[in-house]
Order: sequence, then C-alpha cells, then structure tokens
Amino acid sequence: MATEGTEKTKSTEVKKKLNVLIVDDDPLNCRLHEMIIKTIGGISQTAKNGEEAVILHRGGASFDLILMDKEMPERDGVSTTKKLREMKVTSMIVGVTSLADQEEERKAFMEAGLNHCLEKPLTKAKILPLINHLLGA
Amino acid sequence: MNTTVVAQLQRQFQDYIVSLYQQGFLDNQFSELRKLQDEGTPDFVAEVVSLFFDDCSKLINTMSASLERPDNVDFKQVDSGVHQLKGSSSSVGAQRVKNVCISFKECCHVQNREGCLRCLQQVDYEYKMLKTKLQDLFNLEQQILQAGGTIPQVDIN
Repeated sequence: MATEGTEKTKSTEVKKKLNVLIVDDDPLNCRLHEMIIKTIGGISQTAKNGEEAVILHRGGASFDLILMDKEMPERDGVSTTKKLREMKVTSMIVGVTSLADQEEERKAFMEAGLNHCLEKPLTKAKILPLINHLLGA
Repeated sequence: MNTTVVAQLQRQFQDYIVSLYQQGFLDNQFSELRKLQDEGTPDFVAEVVSLFFDDCSKLINTMSASLERPDNVDFKQVDSGVHQLKGSSSSVGAQRVKNVCISFKECCHVQNREGCLRCLQQVDYEYKMLKTKLQDLFNLEQQILQAGGTIPQVDIN
C-alpha cells in the first residue's frame, strides 16, 4: 500500500487516504474520475494509456485502486491488466467499459484480471460500494 | 445584496435549467456533475463541459474529412469518432448529442454515407445549440453570484 496520502487526525490513528490510479486516454473522463475520487476523500494520479501505467508500476508506484479504461492507444486496458497482474500488482483493478462493448469483450476484460467492471459514465454511486469494500477489507 | 434581484435570478436559473432537462438537452448525468462541484472547485462543470465541446469540434472535423470522398469512406474511422463522441456526451449528460450518436452509429454500421452526413450535420447542430444554452446558464450563475446570492440546487426528478 502507498504511504503517501496519510494524514493525522485529532486521535492517534492515522487516517489513510485512498490512493487511486486513473488509466484513461480521454482528458474529460480523467477529470471526471479525479473529481469523483476527490469527493470520496481519495487522491488520484492519471496515466493516459496502459503503457504509462505499466511504467509507473515498474518505477515502484503502488495504488489501492486502479480505474482502467478499456480502449486506449499504446496499450489497451485488457493488455495492461494482464501485464500488471504478471508483475504481481495486487491493487483492486476496476475496468471501465462503455455500453457499446459486447458481452464477450467484457468477459475478456474481466478474465485479464479485473476485480470488477463498471459501465461509463462513472458516478459516485457506482464507485462508492467498491471503495467501501476496499476500505473495509 | 438586493434579495429581490437575487430571488428573481435564482428563479430564472431554476426555470432555465429545468427547461433544458425537459427539452432533452440534458440528462441526469449533468446533475451528477453539478453535485461534484463545490466551493473549492466552482468551475468544475464549466471545465468538463469545455473539454466536451473541444472533443466535439475535433471529432466532427475528423469525421467530416473521413466522409468527404464518396468513393473512399473509412466507416471504421467514422465509427470510432462517433463512439468517442457518444462516450463524451454520455459523460456530461448531453442527451440530444448522445441520441444522434446512436443513429449515427447505425449509419456507420450499414455504411450509409448519406445517413452519416445527415447525422454529422445534426450532431454539429446539437452540440452548438447545447454550447449556447450552457453558456446562458453559466452567465445566469455568474449574475447570481455577483448579486451576492448562491446557486440553487435543482431537483429535476
């Protein structure tokens, strides 16, 4: 788990902020997802494609949660998820798909190593149950 | 602060935003964007919407170029553009734009160039219309703030 993003509260317990990596080539989606994470109380970083995400992890970065877009240049979501799992990344990886994606495509994405799959557009209501589960684990 | 002026502007704002939902320009996703905006990020919605309009402009130009020559249309490329536009419009709650994209995708699927051109024209019209409407909405917000009021939360359900 990342040690960045911790803050002291009035008690002696350290309140850990959720550390999220947003992997998406669309600046609009990145901004939206950043804001959702912020309102939930997390901190986020973005990678504009799967290759950047892999490079970040090779450099030692780690995250509690990775929001992984499916269609991206350089390296897509399926390939990136497979690669990260091969690298023994144990973060929760949530795939972000569009309504147009076929069932087989979603299945292949899940089988690449996702923990969950959510449909765009993401909202706080969609992501909060997963985050609560993550923080409760 | 002139409370009468503020109240009038707030009512105008509420009526206007409700009309945008009723006329199908916006859907619930726009409400989700507004809920994310707070005092620390007062320009969040305007920022995201601006990114959307940039996307629209770029994608429409690309698709227009792809559809230009009748004998050499790359429908896969056009479809890719429509897919991106549908995604963006869905993310900001631009319902009319999204609905045109659904028809547009069907035209791409059956390789109907004329249909694609009509949809392209329609999507261009709808995004520009929405841009004007949202600019009017943001202007109303500014007037309320300048008059010393707060932006009302509007329940569209």
